[in-house]
Amino acid sequence: MPSEKIHVRTTVNGEATDFLCEANQSLLEVLRDVLYMTGTKEGCNDGNCGACTVNLDGRIVDSCLVLGVEAQGATIETIEGVATPEGLHPIQQAFLENAALQCGICTPGFIVASKALLEREPNPSEHRIRHWLAGNLCRCTGYDKIVRAVVDAAGHMGGKS
Amino acid sequence: MRPIEYVAPTTVDEAVAALAEKGDAARPLAGGTDILVQLRGGRRAVDRIVDVKRIPELNELSYDAQAGLRVGAAVPCHRIYEDEAIAAVYPGLMDVATLIGGIQIQGRASLGGNLCNAAPSGDSIPALIAHNAVAEVAGPGGKRDVPVEDFCTAPGRTVLGPGEFLVALRMPTPPASFGASYLRFIPRNEMDIAVAGAGASVVMDGNTVTACRVALASVAPTPVLAEEAGAALVGKEPTDDALAQAAEAARAAAKPISDMRGTAEYRTHLVGVLTTRALRNAIQRAKEA
Amino acid sequence: MTTVEDRNYKVIGTRPIRHDGADKVTGRAIYGIDYHMTGELWGKILRSPHAHANIVKIDTSKAEALPGVRAVITGRDLPVAADMEVDDGETSINTMHLSNNVMAHRKALYRGHAVAAVAADNQHIAEDAVNLIEVEYEVLPPVLNGREAMKADAPLVHPEQTTKSMAFRFDPGTDTGEKSNIAGRTEMRLGDIDEGFKQADVIVERVFNTNWVHQGYIEAQNATVLWNNDDSIQVWNSSQGTFNQRQLMAEILKHPVSKIRITPQEIGGGFGGKIPVYLEVPAAVLSKKSGRPVKMMMSRAEVFEGTGPASGSETVCKMGATKDGKIVAAYAELVFEAGAFPGSAVGAGAQGMFTTYNIENILIHAYDVVVNKPKSAAYRSPGTPQTCFAAESVVDELAEKVGIDPLEFRIMNAAKEGDRRADGVAHPVMGNLECMVQLKESNHYKSDLGGPNRGRGIASGYWGNAGMPASCAVSVNPDGTVSLAEGSPDIGGSRVSLAMMTAEAFGIPAEDVIPIIKDTDSIGYNGLTAGSSTTLRNGVAIAQVAKQAIDLMKARAARLWETEVDNVDFADGVFFSKAESELKLTFKELAGKLMETGGPISTAASVAPRGAGPSFSTHMVDVEVDPETGKVDILRYTAAQDVGVAIHPDYVEGQVQGGAVQGIGWALNEEYFYDDSGRMMNSSYLDYRMPTSLDLPEIDAILVQVPNPDHPFGVRGVAEISIVPPLGALANAIKAAVGVRMQELPMAPYKIVKALWDKEAESNGAG
Repeated sequence: MPSEKIHVRTTVNGEATDFLCEANQSLLEVLRDVLYMTGTKEGCNDGNCGACTVNLDGRIVDSCLVLGVEAQGATIETIEGVATPEGLHPIQQAFLENAALQCGICTPGFIVASKALLEREPNPSEHRIRHWLAGNLCRCTGYDKIVRAVVDAAGHMGGKS
Repeated sequence: MRPIEYVAPTTVDEAVAALAEKGDAARPLAGGTDILVQLRGGRRAVDRIVDVKRIPELNELSYDAQAGLRVGAAVPCHRIYEDEAIAAVYPGLMDVATLIGGIQIQGRASLGGNLCNAAPSGDSIPALIAHNAVAEVAGPGGKRDVPVEDFCTAPGRTVLGPGEFLVALRMPTPPASFGASYLRFIPRNEMDIAVAGAGASVVMDGNTVTACRVALASVAPTPVLAEEAGAALVGKEPTDDALAQAAEAARAAAKPISDMRGTAEYRTHLVGVLTTRALRNAIQRAKEA
Repeated sequence: MTTVEDRNYKVIGTRPIRHDGADKVTGRAIYGIDYHMTGELWGKILRSPHAHANIVKIDTSKAEALPGVRAVITGRDLPVAADMEVDDGETSINTMHLSNNVMAHRKALYRGHAVAAVAADNQHIAEDAVNLIEVEYEVLPPVLNGREAMKADAPLVHPEQTTKSMAFRFDPGTDTGEKSNIAGRTEMRLGDIDEGFKQADVIVERVFNTNWVHQGYIEAQNATVLWNNDDSIQVWNSSQGTFNQRQLMAEILKHPVSKIRITPQEIGGGFGGKIPVYLEVPAAVLSKKSGRPVKMMMSRAEVFEGTGPASGSETVCKMGATKDGKIVAAYAELVFEAGAFPGSAVGAGAQGMFTTYNIENILIHAYDVVVNKPKSAAYRSPGTPQTCFAAESVVDELAEKVGIDPLEFRIMNAAKEGDRRADGVAHPVMGNLECMVQLKESNHYKSDLGGPNRGRGIASGYWGNAGMPASCAVSVNPDGTVSLAEGSPDIGGSRVSLAMMTAEAFGIPAEDVIPIIKDTDSIGYNGLTAGSSTTLRNGVAIAQVAKQAIDLMKARAARLWETEVDNVDFADGVFFSKAESELKLTFKELAGKLMETGGPISTAASVAPRGAGPSFSTHMVDVEVDPETGKVDILRYTAAQDVGVAIHPDYVEGQVQGGAVQGIGWALNEEYFYDDSGRMMNSSYLDYRMPTSLDLPEIDAILVQVPNPDHPFGVRGVAEISIVPPLGALANAIKAAVGVRMQELPMAPYKIVKALWDKEAESNGAG
């Protein structure tokens, strides 16, 4: 029984973005399979890996645990909105310079989450970084270089580091 | 996920009507961090989702010394721990708001949702009990209050009847020299389900405990108020012996099962350890209050 | 920390930004499931809820009637596969077993075993349709434990299976004719074990158990497959080896290899788990039936229950040493649960078990046993973490008994070049002892533990690494850059390491090499992105293609300079005349003159290198144990590893750190928790409990560089070994902290508390 599609109006990465979705589609599914913004990744689809992290109205959330229809009127920032025409964001640059990724599937989620941290707390301790990122699983790196990259980015973004 | 109908009422009455019309086949949606996983995994089946986040009362977070604290049922965890005044007065709530899920989950999940999900391991529930919280329920028959310790009836089940839903949690302003704490044991340091959890609150007069509540998670079909554990300390100084008696009473109140998260024997043991630690923490906070 | 090995490399040993970096930090990189085709359908698998059951009847009519459903298949839609062994890279597998594993034919052999599949207009309809398929099962008693499965009266997973007896690893074996769940038994023998134990002053014998664990890659298995109208099959997937998967698909589908093309997309982790085929086959059959491309992706629960984890195991380990500290004998009996089909990594586990030590008398009996669990697959140093956990625990106890510091004891017994492994093979040049010595000189080793309930543990490990064939092609671009076509999916940064070796060979910067990963029709055969072999084997191919291209360019220089080609040489990126010193052209300058001197230059090579160069590593960990809860906190961690020549030290360190953390997870919390019916109870990330960032300290990697003499750039495999030592190191640290010897993985908090209770009861009883 295909249900009726619902018209949802949002702002995605600064652009007014409308989409049609069914009520059972998650925001993750809408981003990936309706808007074809495949930068946001699915790792577990139950809120335990953070690969699908997006910023929703100023808070990071697991987009697999948000329905597309719940985003009505919301402002969403995804990995696709982190770099600008001027270049990579300092966090993206720091991930590259610190080799903070191997396979890269978790990287968009880590970058969106780290960006929210540094915008809120410009100079977090290593422990705070590890705590903030505990909702993002990485199976390749052992997290060491990710944590270093966030510390490094904090320095470049004006934190005392 | 099976097809569902989504409605987003803006008043309590509309929400009651939307829920009542479908009975068991409708379910409220707050942060969604439990219900969406259950629907996707086929562990719950509903025809209608009633998104309660657009109802102003469910987003209200207010505190004043007279009226106490009111936490709308859909208020996400981060709003609690980011409100320094509330975090200071309700330390047990602060504890749970910061340990449910990770940062992403805390951006959505609410204490109200955690209570309504009624998991034996629901971390917020012992803390709410420790803070003498009352659940404000709306339904076809109007509003009613339910003490949180009476709210959950079985794993995943609550006192809510057809058309009823949780509007807010209310907690009285704690008296002077009050302290509370919630501790759980998890094998990882975040993103885990309590093997056992203990919430405790105390009111101190000098070095004497004048009131005490202990509540437990993950050791019974629902989170439980361990009345004897609290009673064991009242009127006493919190000596090692007295704390050990409270811990023993808490262990007696625990009726755990063995599963993938731990054996019954281990969980009972943890209840003693966590009760002692939570009480010490609460007493310390009461002295600093 | 890096030990620099000076070979005057210009590019090797530096840390350039990876070539696929911008794509991967912006979300633009296309992973398997990100690939879209017009008209694609979504497929979904129906899986057995029973661990062991005959499939009596499957009724698909209700699913087929659901609007939006385009095709439904069962095992009957697959051809009957041949009963023959095929190479599966790190292990071997029987074609019939492989076919039965991707889709059950008559019997469901584990919970999660695929029994039917649906293609529909979207994933929600496909999911609904799967639930409408009615399967009648005759439930059979499951056999869930390897030791139990070996008993004569155990239910047989495959009633016709007989035991093969093998004299060494990869021996084809002789059929004993005995019907049993024991698929294979292997013996490794060195010296005289009885004589060895006679020399021993102290002997320690213990039994160790490890539970099943999963690789845990964050990207689930997925595939998009088109069975075209001309019967060509195209696959876009997440693969650790496209050529191997092409072969496996050809065998299962009885389809010509030349009619299957696999185009690897970016891969979100694998660690061995993405070597086999799973969804590729049903997606192909669904595509054929529906006439549309079919896209499939597993849920996380399906990944846990329906792919290939690492075997659970039992190891009996007995070792003896003289009172002055020489290990003189080592015996082991290994029982590995292969899962529903034969082919565990028990042979590799046997080979790796005692290999860090020079022991003259060794006997190992290894059993490959089928049980009603998923077919095991490779996982980073397959088989060896389980067996080294046992060996390293016993080695620690021997050291304690003879009163020698555990690291000193390991140094005294360390295997060196020329010493023999259990299988009789002599060690080549390697840095086993060097790792131990470097660790001894580290600040970590010299530091104090500083507190109660704290302990330090040390363990060593070995992994043989693999060679495997590789093919590469280079084309010299007019602007002096080089395009490198290769065929190994880049799972952790191999584009950059391959580009760096290419750059080194041509004397150009790493940024001037453009590495591109090709499909199976665009480049020659490549082995797996596995066995720590990608950089090694491609390095051999790169050295060859570079030499070919440079030789061709020398001829062009000779033509320009009107001299004989023998008079032209090349060094440090410059072509020069040996006769006239003023005649010089940089690589870039000459690249710009190719069109006028005879046209473009490109070269290709295929190689099958031997001499992979083994890996050795020693790890050290400090822990604090909460004796009341059993919780283990990791305070400090250092891993020393012989990495040959570190092409890109950052990514080498990353391999060391990542493997160490996987080992930590295996040691402390990860496991397949089964109920008595064979149902995995914790098939989610929440309950499987892989380490989070908050569970770990910094992981300090000491790169010991002992170049592999058999490799043009000194490379030895670096990726796998790091998962081997953590299990034993943590067990030894916990013993040092609170005095209990943990013999079962994971060393979960409740088990540590129980061990402490038992110890207390014992001392009370004794007192």
